[in-house]
Amino acid sequence: MIRHLLSGADLDAATATLVLDTAAEMATVAGREVKKLPALRGRTVVNLFYEDSTRTRISFEAAAKRLSADVINFSAKGSSVAKGESLKDTALTLQAMGADAVVVRHPASGAPHRLAEWVDGSVVNAGDGTHEHPTQALLDAYTMRSRLGRLDGLHVAIVGDVLHSRVARSNVLLLSTLGAKVTLIGPPTLIPVDIAAALAPGTDVCYDLDAVLPDVDVVMMLRVQRERMGDSYFPSAREYARRYGLDGPRMRRLPEHAIVMHPGPMNRGMEITPEVADSPRSTIVEQVANGVSVRMAVLYLLLGGNNR
Amino acid sequence: MTAYLITGVSVVGGEPTDLLIRDGMVAAVGDGLAADDATVVDATGLVALPGLVDLHTHLREPGREDAETVESGSRAAALGGYTAVCAMANTSPVADTAGVVEQVWRLGREAGLVDVQPIGAVTVGLAGERLAELGAMADSAAGVRIFSDDGHCVADPRLMRRALEYVKAFDGVIAQHAEEPRLTEGAQMHEGEVSTRLGLTGGPAVAEEAIIARDVLLAEHVGSRLHVCHVSTAGSVEVLRQAKARGVRVTAEVTPHHLLLTDAKAESYDPVFKVNPPLRTAADIAALREALAEGVIDIIATDHAPHAVEDKECEWAYARPGMLGLETALSIALDVFGPRWDLIAERMSRTPARIAGLTGHGVDPAPGVPANLTLVDPAARRVIEPAELASRSRNTPYARMTLPGRIVATFLRGEPTVLDGKAVK
Repeated sequence: MIRHLLSGADLDAATATLVLDTAAEMATVAGREVKKLPALRGRTVVNLFYEDSTRTRISFEAAAKRLSADVINFSAKGSSVAKGESLKDTALTLQAMGADAVVVRHPASGAPHRLAEWVDGSVVNAGDGTHEHPTQALLDAYTMRSRLGRLDGLHVAIVGDVLHSRVARSNVLLLSTLGAKVTLIGPPTLIPVDIAAALAPGTDVCYDLDAVLPDVDVVMMLRVQRERMGDSYFPSAREYARRYGLDGPRMRRLPEHAIVMHPGPMNRGMEITPEVADSPRSTIVEQVANGVSVRMAVLYLLLGGNNR
Repeated sequence: MTAYLITGVSVVGGEPTDLLIRDGMVAAVGDGLAADDATVVDATGLVALPGLVDLHTHLREPGREDAETVESGSRAAALGGYTAVCAMANTSPVADTAGVVEQVWRLGREAGLVDVQPIGAVTVGLAGERLAELGAMADSAAGVRIFSDDGHCVADPRLMRRALEYVKAFDGVIAQHAEEPRLTEGAQMHEGEVSTRLGLTGGPAVAEEAIIARDVLLAEHVGSRLHVCHVSTAGSVEVLRQAKARGVRVTAEVTPHHLLLTDAKAESYDPVFKVNPPLRTAADIAALREALAEGVIDIIATDHAPHAVEDKECEWAYARPGMLGLETALSIALDVFGPRWDLIAERMSRTPARIAGLTGHGVDPAPGVPANLTLVDPAARRVIEPAELASRSRNTPYARMTLPGRIVATFLRGEPTVLDGKAVK
């Protein structure tokens, strides 16, 4: 098993599949009356969050606690970090406290890579800047596999602000590794340059959502921040929704079996309408539940739980 | 003053001969020279070059003496084979008045390791809003002739036009940091495949090329001299090639790191590789090397940019851009171009001295010229250890790389600043 999980590219097909299979076992714990395993008893997991992210932090916290690890939540606000302590000094502090794993969320791309150079424990990237969010990609893959039965050969459309999306980058990497085909859809201003060469050669780019919908098994809508309008990425929320939002009529162009995903939090009415978000095709709530199982699997495997 | 007899030395790649230095000048060049009062320097196997001249150095004093001082930067320069450096204006306070440029000039004289020629800011506080007192800096003891807002682009086209025109009165030159700021807002590295993969905001090559294209047209329009700092893209090379073919009075520099390192270095997220302009692609490097060999790019300039440890040992986005360069520049030139001594002398000494108007520098050793020269051991190879550098900072991108060439000695007006590879003071 790898030591850190910093990028979707850290996982080869066998390792990624092991994580998903382990997550499926972990999911059975959630159905028990006592939702706890002793696997990481005596181990310390630090949640180091430099950005507000209630859902991801809670998900990691629940995962670690269900494995009986000791959890320390270290949020940048109100801590020494807010007083200007450097990432390196924070790393050395966590090191001195004996953290076995550090789960880090940071606004700067690459911060988890830097952290991994300074601590002995495992580092899990819980989202860094506009770079990656590998456990989100794992839980998305897990959700697709449990709904559709496979990943190999699936056609996945990822729609929206790919340029600023760490979710998209990790998903492109992981889905390609697992044999799915990815088409990225959005206005040209929000598709980063050379994306296929940068991430996965088989990746397609399309600017026309309607043209792709009849051909996909999964459509994943990305959150689009309204502030992007100010930077002229698109003219207005209304125009964005009209061209790239997923509404009822568009959803009905999907094949019968296709599912709709969203990493949350949603902008209802912007990239997705309530009709779609609340439809049976939507996996949005399931994704949250699966997040805990997948993060349990990641922590379990990184901390050597499989060697016991 | 001591006399020095340098024996068995190849002058700019020529057949081995002897050089006699006396009273600050080269007294004689020829075989079998003798002088009883002279200290003999056995230079068998070494190459003498005119002392290198750097048109683009950040010495950080006044303001960031924790990162570099005029003295520590001068020592790094001498160890790199330099006898003159041009100190950039983005100090704190900014070198935008006669007082600050004279201070830097005086500190350089006191250090006495290289000639420190201050560069003046184009605009007050580098703010890009109104002209600094360019004439006062030109008339000061520092005798400023190069003006630059380096670190910032003079983006306002009307202000740039005025600056280019105004300095004609005293044969000044505007050295432009070519970067259209609206195209590089938030930029952390070169925009391309690697920035996409790393999720770091990219700055496109066109941000540099668009300003160079505008500026060569402005310089042509007003008949002024323009110097382009740290050219980094293949597209910029094409703009310069066309401008020069039309007869525009433009010169350009390239840094050692832009001749050697690509944006792939950012994959480590180690900000020691963060620099502005950013490291570009292999295709850009090939175009820059060709342009420098042909003379479309006139010179190598280091853009030596020392930064304190805490400004580099952090997240990429929070780190300051810039790299050390003085102590490794000649080695990079040798690595890239091999022992093409005439080319190296031209691009690293003669032409930069001419652009800066530094008489007495950039002249090949010959009887009657000032003894500003450096001795290079081309056969030596060395491993770059950051802790061993003379700079106060450690942000070299070449850490633990093995590079060719070593500076054995440097002479400034006949006095050694470096002997046996060590700084004399």
